[in-house]
Amino acid sequence: MSAAPEHNPTMARMSLAERLEPHAPVLLIIALMILGLIAIPSTSSWLTLTVSGLAMGMMIFIMASGLTLVFGLMDVINFGHGAFVSVGAFVGISFLLMLEHMTGAPSLWLNLTAMMVAIVGAMAATGLMGWAFEKVIVKPVYGHHLKQILVTMGGLIVVEQLIIVLWGPEEIFINRPEALKGAITFAGAALEKYRLVAVGIGLVVFLAMRWVLRRTKIGLIVRAGVENGEMVEALGYRLRLVFVGVFIAGSALAGLGGVLWGLYQEVITAHMGNQTMILIFIVVIIGGLGSVEGCFIGALMVGLMQNYVAFLEPKLALISNIGLMVAILMWRPMGMIPVVKAK
Amino acid sequence: MLNKLLSGDMPRSTVLAILLAVILICLALAPFIFPGVRSVDTAARICIFIVLVASYDLMLGYGGIVSFAHTMFFGLGAYGVALASTHMGRGFDALLVGSLSGALIAALLALLIGLFSLRVRAIFFAMITLAVASAVAVLVSQLSGLTGGEDGLSYKIPRELGPAFKFADGELFGVKMNGKLLKYYLVFFSCLILFLLMLRMVHSPFGRVLLAIRENDFRAEAIGYRVVHYRVVATCISAAIAALAGSLYAIWLRYVGPDTSLSMEIMIDILLMVVIGGMGTMYGAVIGATLFVLAQNYLQNLMDVASHAVSGIPILPDLLNADRWLLWLGVLFILSVYFFPTGIVGRLRQGK
Repeated sequence: MSAAPEHNPTMARMSLAERLEPHAPVLLIIALMILGLIAIPSTSSWLTLTVSGLAMGMMIFIMASGLTLVFGLMDVINFGHGAFVSVGAFVGISFLLMLEHMTGAPSLWLNLTAMMVAIVGAMAATGLMGWAFEKVIVKPVYGHHLKQILVTMGGLIVVEQLIIVLWGPEEIFINRPEALKGAITFAGAALEKYRLVAVGIGLVVFLAMRWVLRRTKIGLIVRAGVENGEMVEALGYRLRLVFVGVFIAGSALAGLGGVLWGLYQEVITAHMGNQTMILIFIVVIIGGLGSVEGCFIGALMVGLMQNYVAFLEPKLALISNIGLMVAILMWRPMGMIPVVKAK
Repeated sequence: MLNKLLSGDMPRSTVLAILLAVILICLALAPFIFPGVRSVDTAARICIFIVLVASYDLMLGYGGIVSFAHTMFFGLGAYGVALASTHMGRGFDALLVGSLSGALIAALLALLIGLFSLRVRAIFFAMITLAVASAVAVLVSQLSGLTGGEDGLSYKIPRELGPAFKFADGELFGVKMNGKLLKYYLVFFSCLILFLLMLRMVHSPFGRVLLAIRENDFRAEAIGYRVVHYRVVATCISAAIAALAGSLYAIWLRYVGPDTSLSMEIMIDILLMVVIGGMGTMYGAVIGATLFVLAQNYLQNLMDVASHAVSGIPILPDLLNADRWLLWLGVLFILSVYFFPTGIVGRLRQGK
């Protein structure tokens, strides 16, 4: 009788690399910040750039989140998403121009109220538009990616042209509300007040969204729908209605992002939606189509990257984001946090 | 003979056959039938856009891949010729080197983008091309030392293609026998050859496999075709032909700039031409490009007239303003994707 093969089970802790792996996307943001700190000579300008990078990332996240959820839920890819950004910006800025007595006053509360009014107005307008867009343009082409891309692109062209008809072809320059102009100094770094507000709004939106998705029944249905839509329908939920709701919410968020982005750039044009679409797509691809967390992390990375590189070598800013996308796709071909479909 | 030349793809509709014949004859004899500078220019533009749109259709209609970087490839060819002509001096060698290197770079870039995106999902390709194309457009306008930035580049092309060169005395049907005529026929015949080449390609076994992939990629894979390989190869060929069309455009205009060869507007024009003409047939590109370029040149005048006619009513004049013609084309585009996904050519063939 031969001896039993040697069998000595050992209990080993997972190695550090293995334990860090699930958190890799979040750690990447920190790694990017540290890289920036090394590459940028002065700490104060690094701080300024980091804050503006975060602000930009938050805004992109707000605009991109709707797109990624809509895709995850119904496999609908909306190339016209940028139209909501433009319309949101134009409606919001029109409100702000009407409320000039409030934005011109040096009181922070009056300014913020005016901004809230503009944001609510813009979100209502784009939400309504999203509802119409879904009904007229997207609904007839469910299940056809090719047609979806073509038709939503057509929708974007039409909306862009309608904006020009309604608001005129010239770009509109805007003044930020009085109390949000200028910067505060913190640790020797100048931090623009408006960017801090943008970071705040972005965080609130992200946390609210996370709460809705994780803690409420509707969020549960949405998450289940992303994972396995047929099963959710078999359980008796009308996923189509949920989808329309998500589409409207996503459009409204794009409108909110449009207002914030317009105030950030201090100028709006009818083509701004088309321009932001490029960043939005990069973010959505980096994050993994359909994943909200991935979208958030991707947006922050793109925002930081853009600001750091623009400081170090201005001509490479947009290219750097494409490089980032390429690198991430080489690492994880489906994006950082791929959505697992149970199909 | 004709059957062989058209690779067995006869028009299969009397109206379509007549339309195609009229377009071919008009383009072939354009300098003689329509002798004005503007109309010859329009004819050359139509020739070049037919090739450009057909090469896009190779990707969209046959491969089922949506790309937003087609103007980038077009621009690469155009800038290839421009840079070669600037640095190598005027001469046919510069044109040749410029066109070929432009086509090569376009194909390589298409290969890279294709390998990155097509292996995951075909829709990634649409998004990534949009991002890359806009980055290239920004880069071209920023690297003004090399590309002339927003102003673009003007350069000299060989003397034999200029109006000062006369290859025969006298006039034929009132048209001077000068280099301009030669240049038009260079463009015309190059476009004709490229078009027939593409027609050959889509009716070869390779084209059949592409159609199979478009209809059902899962099944094509199951039969044993490497879907990703076929898609990537189609993308590369399409990019190279688009670059060649760009080179011809650069030769014709003797100028390149971001507006004429790289802008997003041209991309949208191409999309409209493909869809309105008919996806998935090469003849769709002919009809679409011809109608669109003619409309671009002449419809705007008509809209101007209409806009003045309704000047009393609010908003309507703005909607009919000649600059807003994209609005109406966009509406037409959406409607045609819904109701005539096969475009004009598909309709004509059905109604036979």
